Amino acid sequence: MNDSVLKTLTVSFLVCLFCSLVVSYAAVSLRDMQNLNKLNDQRIKILKTAAIYDPDESIEAQFSNLTPKFVDFSSGELLDSYGEYDLDTYDPVYFSKQPDHSTPIPPSEDIAIVKNKENIGKIYLLKDSSNQLEKIILPIRGYGLWGTLFGYIAIDKDLNTIKGLEFYAHKETPGLGAEVDNPKWKSLWDGKSIYKDGEVEIEVIKGKVDPSNQMASYQVDGLSGATLTSRGVTNMLVYWFGESGYKETLNKINYDS
Amino acid sequence: MTVKQYKEVLAKPLLEENPITLQILGICSALAVTSNLSVTLVMCVALTSVVSFSNLFISIIRNYIPSSVRIIVQMTIIASLVIVVDELLKAYDYETSKKLSVFVGLIITNCIVMGRAEAFAMKEKPFISFLDGLGNGLGYSIILIAVAVVRELFGAGTLMGYEILPLVSNGGWYPANNLLLLPPSSFILIGLMIWGIRAYKTDQVEPNEYKLSGHATAPDLSKRELNV
Repeated sequence: MNDSVLKTLTVSFLVCLFCSLVVSYAAVSLRDMQNLNKLNDQRIKILKTAAIYDPDESIEAQFSNLTPKFVDFSSGELLDSYGEYDLDTYDPVYFSKQPDHSTPIPPSEDIAIVKNKENIGKIYLLKDSSNQLEKIILPIRGYGLWGTLFGYIAIDKDLNTIKGLEFYAHKETPGLGAEVDNPKWKSLWDGKSIYKDGEVEIEVIKGKVDPSNQMASYQVDGLSGATLTSRGVTNMLVYWFGESGYKETLNKINYDS
Repeated sequence: MTVKQYKEVLAKPLLEENPITLQILGICSALAVTSNLSVTLVMCVALTSVVSFSNLFISIIRNYIPSSVRIIVQMTIIASLVIVVDELLKAYDYETSKKLSVFVGLIITNCIVMGRAEAFAMKEKPFISFLDGLGNGLGYSIILIAVAVVRELFGAGTLMGYEILPLVSNGGWYPANNLLLLPPSSFILIGLMIWGIRAYKTDQVEPNEYKLSGHATAPDLSKRELNV
């Protein structure tokens, strides 16, 4: 009889056992590859932000051109070590979710809806052949329309000019907010300035930038049909380049060099 | 089973008994993953392999499945297959898996997979069940690919990411139709397809469930008795 209690339990048990074996085998045997994909994906974005990505070269080798540094957000200091954590594998986004390693941002200051900020961040320095600072690549994140956008922004050695912007994860609407990935839009950022008299003035405006406007070098064309995403990008830049973001660090770097 | 029967099981779900346009199943993912053709293709491969193999495995053990827990057993097998597919995607096609995000996981709840397991694989032999799953997966794929081609071409001016119609926003001449990039547009497209198929294959038209009677004549109010 198929419907006896014993048979029902046996069949259920065997099906579950077999399926769990298959699933765990797949998960375990593919894990290394998946982690590598995740890491490479992020590294490619960082390399693209720095505008040094070459698809034909190994990612590992290209990535070694960048010097990672810890950033202490409370003092703005650049650090080479932080506790027992390894500079290469440290993931600031992961630590922003650990209560011991992060600080909740008071809602009045949290214009980009970051919610929790890691105490120690990580940035990348790109140096030229004579070991002079060429670009700095900073991770940024903030809320758009549907979710948080995660990205990197590269700034020039003058610590004010944007050299590149890339998002590696977002949930914006394809064709509208997701146009933050549009190469043409991203290219608009190159050469824009962030600070004017110490204030963050960079802004994604509605519509097209009027080149004759004296603020034109602080403005980027808005994404049509994606006002909230555009506003989210502005907010995250204002937040991350403001007092609670990298401003202090950039001042320190400026002073050192 | 003859070769003719095999062919019939495989070919019928493509147009005649298409799971989307005749049975109106699996609409959810047809809305969600059709804004970009390359993503759609991966989704089609994922769904087709899940429905084929779930049919195969369920059919193999169909005589041992107690009827009281049959849905749970089917779900367990389907869910395991979906997780394996998801893991494979994350390992071998990370870019697409990022774009598909939860929709691969949602194949578990795709009505086509459950429907074929319950309606076909529980009664038929393994090989023909596999073909039935394959046929239904392909039928689903045909519709999804058609929807995705229209949506991506006229919504974003590209196909598989290659520019076909140069957009005004990129200095070309084609003003993109943003409606097509939003999920409701697939409703309209699938509706038009169903209309087209049923105009051509009139036997798919369902009989009316009820018929409206002609207009009844208005009651003569002058003869109304007043209950005051």
